[in-house]
Amino acid sequence: MAELTKKGIGGFIARHGILVAFALFMVGFALANPRFIAIDNISGVIRSSAILGVMALGVTFVVIGGNLDLSVGSMMSFSTIVVLDLHDKMGPALAIPAMFAMTLCLGAFIGFLVGYLKLNSLIVTLGMLSAIHGLTLTYSGGKNMDIADKQGTWFSIFGPGEILGIPVPILIFALLAAVLSMILSKTPFGRKVYAVGGNGTAATFSGIPRARVVFLTYIMSAFCVATAGLIQASRSLGSQNTVGQGLELEVLAAVILGGASLLGGSGTVFKTVIGVLILGFIQNGLLLIGLAFYAQYVVTWVIIILAVWLDVAAKRGRLWSPIA
Amino acid sequence: MTSDTRANLIKQGAIWAFIVVELIFFSIAGEYLSVSDKAFMDFDNMLLLLKQSAPIGIIALGMTIIMINGNIDLSVGATFALAAIVLLDSMTWPFMQALGDWAIPLAWLFALGTGVVLGAINGLIVWKTGVDAFIVTLGSMLGYRGLVFIYNGEQPTSHLNWTLVDFAEAQFLGLHTATWFLLGAALVLWLLMTKTVHGRNAYAIGNNREAAVNAGIRVGPHFLWNFMLIGFLAALSAVVFYSESGSVNPNDGMLYELWAITAVVLGGTKLSGGYGSIVATLGGVIAIQLLRKGLGHIGADTETVNLVIGLILIAVLFLDRQLNRKGKEALKT
Repeated sequence: MAELTKKGIGGFIARHGILVAFALFMVGFALANPRFIAIDNISGVIRSSAILGVMALGVTFVVIGGNLDLSVGSMMSFSTIVVLDLHDKMGPALAIPAMFAMTLCLGAFIGFLVGYLKLNSLIVTLGMLSAIHGLTLTYSGGKNMDIADKQGTWFSIFGPGEILGIPVPILIFALLAAVLSMILSKTPFGRKVYAVGGNGTAATFSGIPRARVVFLTYIMSAFCVATAGLIQASRSLGSQNTVGQGLELEVLAAVILGGASLLGGSGTVFKTVIGVLILGFIQNGLLLIGLAFYAQYVVTWVIIILAVWLDVAAKRGRLWSPIA
Repeated sequence: MTSDTRANLIKQGAIWAFIVVELIFFSIAGEYLSVSDKAFMDFDNMLLLLKQSAPIGIIALGMTIIMINGNIDLSVGATFALAAIVLLDSMTWPFMQALGDWAIPLAWLFALGTGVVLGAINGLIVWKTGVDAFIVTLGSMLGYRGLVFIYNGEQPTSHLNWTLVDFAEAQFLGLHTATWFLLGAALVLWLLMTKTVHGRNAYAIGNNREAAVNAGIRVGPHFLWNFMLIGFLAALSAVVFYSESGSVNPNDGMLYELWAITAVVLGGTKLSGGYGSIVATLGGVIAIQLLRKGLGHIGADTETVNLVIGLILIAVLFLDRQLNRKGKEALKT
C-alpha cells in the first residue's frame, strides 16, 4: 500500500513535474521578494517572454513532428531586418505582409528539404542558420537597420502598444497559443503531426502524407518566427543583424522544458507555454533577488537536465540509466 | 566488394577533391577579380590558412569521435571560453607569478584540466541519467556559459605573457605552432580511431548500440572517455588560440559548436553514428577555411561566406544521400 502511494506520488510528479516545479519556483521567489508577484512585474515578464514564446510555439510543431529547427534565430533576425527596411520603403501596411511572405518562403524551402527530400533536419536547419544569417547580412549590407521617423508611425503598436490595458505582445502570444493549441489538439492536421512524429513509417502506411505534414510544420514555424520578428522590430524600431542569434537554442530549451520529446510524437502547446514562462520567471526572479542575469544560465541548465531526466526516468520506471 | 570499396574511396576522397576544386576556382577567379596582386595559392597564404583552421579544427576532431558514437556535443564553445579564461586568469594568481615562466605549463595544465572536468560532467550525466547527449549538452552549453560569466562578469579577461606569445607565433619547419597542434592532435586521434580497441568500439557503438552492449562493450564509460576527450580538445583549442591573443571575452567561442559540426558533416561523418573519419574531418575543416579565405580573396563580402557554407552543407547532405541510395540499389541487384 505504501508502495502504491509512493508510486502514485512519484508518477504524478513525473507526469506533471514541470507544473510542480513551476509552482514551487513561483512560491519561492514570491517569498524571497514580494515584488515578484506584483501584477506589473508578471505582465512585464510575460511581455518580454513573448518573442521567445511565439517562436517556441512554432518549434513545438516541428519537434512533435520529429524534427528540429535550429534556423529560427537567424530567421527572426532576417524578418526583423526586412520589415524595418521595407517599412521606410513601402509603408508598414505593405511591409508586414511582404515580410511574412519572404519568411514563409524560407520556411517553405526548409520544409521542402526536410519533408519532401527527407534530409536530416538538424543539418539542414544548421546550414540554414548560417545561410539565412548570410542572407540577412547581404540584404542589409551589414549595417544596422533603423526606422527614420520613429515617432510618427503606427508600426510601434505591436511592441510597446497596449489594447484595453493589456500589452499587445501578450495578446499576440496568447491568441497564437490558443489558436495553435486548437490546431494541434482538435484538428486532423494536429493528429497527423503526432502520428508522423511518433512513428513515421506507421503514419505513412496509414495513408498520412508524411512529407506534406512535415512541410506544413516548418511553414507554421516560419509563420511564428515572422510574428516574433514583427514584435521585435516594433519594440525597438531599429535592429542589429544578429538580434536573433542564439535564440534557436533557448527556444529549443523552452520546448524541451515543456516536456516535448526530441524524438517526436509528444508535447503540447500548453506545456511549451509553461516552459517559456518558467524560463522567463526564473530570469526575472533571479534578477529580483539580486543575482546577475547570467545566473539564469546555470539554473536553466540544472532545470533542463532534471526535467528531462525525470521524464525519461518515469518512462523507463527507474531513476538511473541502464547503460552499462 | 570492389564496388563497395570504390564507393568508399569516392566518399573518402570527395572532400579532398572539393578542396582541389576550391583551390583551382579561387586561383583562376582571383586572377580576374582579386584586388590584391598576390596569387591565392601563395605559400605563406596556405600556411596562414592552416594556422587559422586550428581552433575550430581541433574541436572538430573531437566532435568526429563524439558523432561516430552517435552523440553530439553542443557545449564545446562554452568549454572553449571557460578554459581560455582559466588559462589567462591563472597566470595572474600571486603564486603563479612567483614562478615566472614556469607558470606557463601550469596554466596550460589548469586550462586543459578545466576542459576535461567539464567534459566529464557531460559524460557522467549522459551515462548515468540516460538523457540524450543533444539535450545534456544543450543544457550545459547554457550552464557553462553561465560559469564563464560568473568567473569574471561581463569584463574581458586579459593577460599577455610575451614568452607565451613568442611560442604561439613561432614557426617550426615552416609551420606555425597552432598548425603543429592541429596536425599532432589529428595524428593521435587518427591512431586512436584506427589502431586501438577504443576506436573500434566507438564505431561499433555508433553502428548498433544494442549489439555493442551484447558484445560486452561498456558503453557508459566509453561515452565518458570520449566526452572527456572532446573537453580536453576544446581546452587545447583555447590554449592554442589564447596563448597568442591574450584576451578573452565572455561571449567568445559562441557558435563554435555549430562550425565544428559543419566541418565534421562536410567530412562525411554520419550524424546517426557508426561512420566517419578523422582525416576527412581535417579535410572538412580546411575546405571551410579555404572557402572563407577564397571568397575574401575574390572580393566577395565576408557576409556571403555564411550563405555559401550553409548552402554547401545542405548540398553535401543531399549528394551524400543520393550516393548512399545508389549504393543500396546496387546491393539489391
